[in-house]
Amino acid sequence: GVMERSREQLLRQTCEAVVLGVLHPRTAISLVLQVLSDAGSLLSCCLNAACVALLDAGLPLAALFCGVTCALQPDGSILLDPTARQEQEARAVLTFAIASSERKVLMANTKGSCSVEEMQQCLAAAQRAADTIFQFYRNSVRRRYSKS
Amino acid sequence: LSICFRTVEPLEYYRRFLKENCRPDGRELGEFRTTTVNIGKCLCSITTADGSALVKLGNTTVICGVKAELAAPAADSANKGYIVPNVELPSLCAERFRSGPPGEEAQAASQFIADVIENSQMIVKDDLCIASGKLAWVLYCDIICLDYDGNLLDASVFALLAALKNVQLPLVTINEETGLSEVNLKQKNPLIIRKHPVATSFAVFDDTLLIVDPTAEEEDLATGTVTIVTDEEGRLCSVHKPGGSPLTGAKLQDCITRAITRHKEVKKLIDKVIKSITPK
Repeated sequence: GVMERSREQLLRQTCEAVVLGVLHPRTAISLVLQVLSDAGSLLSCCLNAACVALLDAGLPLAALFCGVTCALQPDGSILLDPTARQEQEARAVLTFAIASSERKVLMANTKGSCSVEEMQQCLAAAQRAADTIFQFYRNSVRRRYSKS
Repeated sequence: LSICFRTVEPLEYYRRFLKENCRPDGRELGEFRTTTVNIGKCLCSITTADGSALVKLGNTTVICGVKAELAAPAADSANKGYIVPNVELPSLCAERFRSGPPGEEAQAASQFIADVIENSQMIVKDDLCIASGKLAWVLYCDIICLDYDGNLLDASVFALLAALKNVQLPLVTINEETGLSEVNLKQKNPLIIRKHPVATSFAVFDDTLLIVDPTAEEEDLATGTVTIVTDEEGRLCSVHKPGGSPLTGAKLQDCITRAITRHKEVKKLIDKVIKSITPK
């Protein structure tokens, strides 16, 4: 439906920004994501899966990216990686794709409304959380290649 | 000679202008194109719609028609009506769009508009309910692009807002004896619009420069786009950055600041136009 088309556009343009397409002319890179179960923070999970898949495929990337979802709860506190229940109860849910180079914002998508300060706070929290996710990428890749 | 250069090396041609902090059409980097809006049956000339508006942002022309119909509310939200936005990019607006099922850009734009309506709460669905569990209004908002010259999202959000402000809903009562609805076309009330969201789009060039209100040519040359939707209280209804070159938090903040200024300009324009068409 329309929602899937919108998500595809977000993912495609995020990947297009990091994949060095110049090195692969006249080539189509097909990224297929199948949702097995959705328990909240779906978009950032898709982003993480996409990045690791691109890594696994050995494609030349300008930077890695990771997806982080922040939920702004009714009392004003920020919750990272919310469950579906927490997303529903939240005032606003913001998803960012953070690039590994200088933790810049590659993609931003918001649901619900928030003030500018709250958005900046969520962004800062997401940038800090990105470190954890990139470390996870490193560990996963290390594990994968140490076995074989 | 400059036409040849523009065709052969469009990006380099553009860079020459950007170095001087201006653009080929003479605008500054933070300047919008001339915005005009026509609202209502007399000026906008969709006589069959309950509310209509025509917005021109430079050459980009978008028309929005709102039709209200009656329906039964959904089982799980018995006191809520529906708002169904639909953005169409017919093949007449630009050569890149072919006729047939809606392409990705049209669908993504429809989803964006639906999100803006939901996030900003400009129309609360509870206000559209007539009788809980039995009858509610459905507002079909059709946004059609007549001429695509970039910055579709800004024009669409503006057209939607203007059209919704123009909608007059007839009073509907449910006859207790027969259980049927009775529509009183003589008594019409305007829609309750709680918030006025305004979208501001930016194009990112060479990962660093931000230009406001890109034309179609600028969008093609840009390395990314950002759209910020704010309401009158300065709250963010949507930060839409679908991929593209990475931006720092500070650059995003610059975009938001410009968006808040733009909101004031657009609000003034809309108020002026509404006042001019309201019968005294």
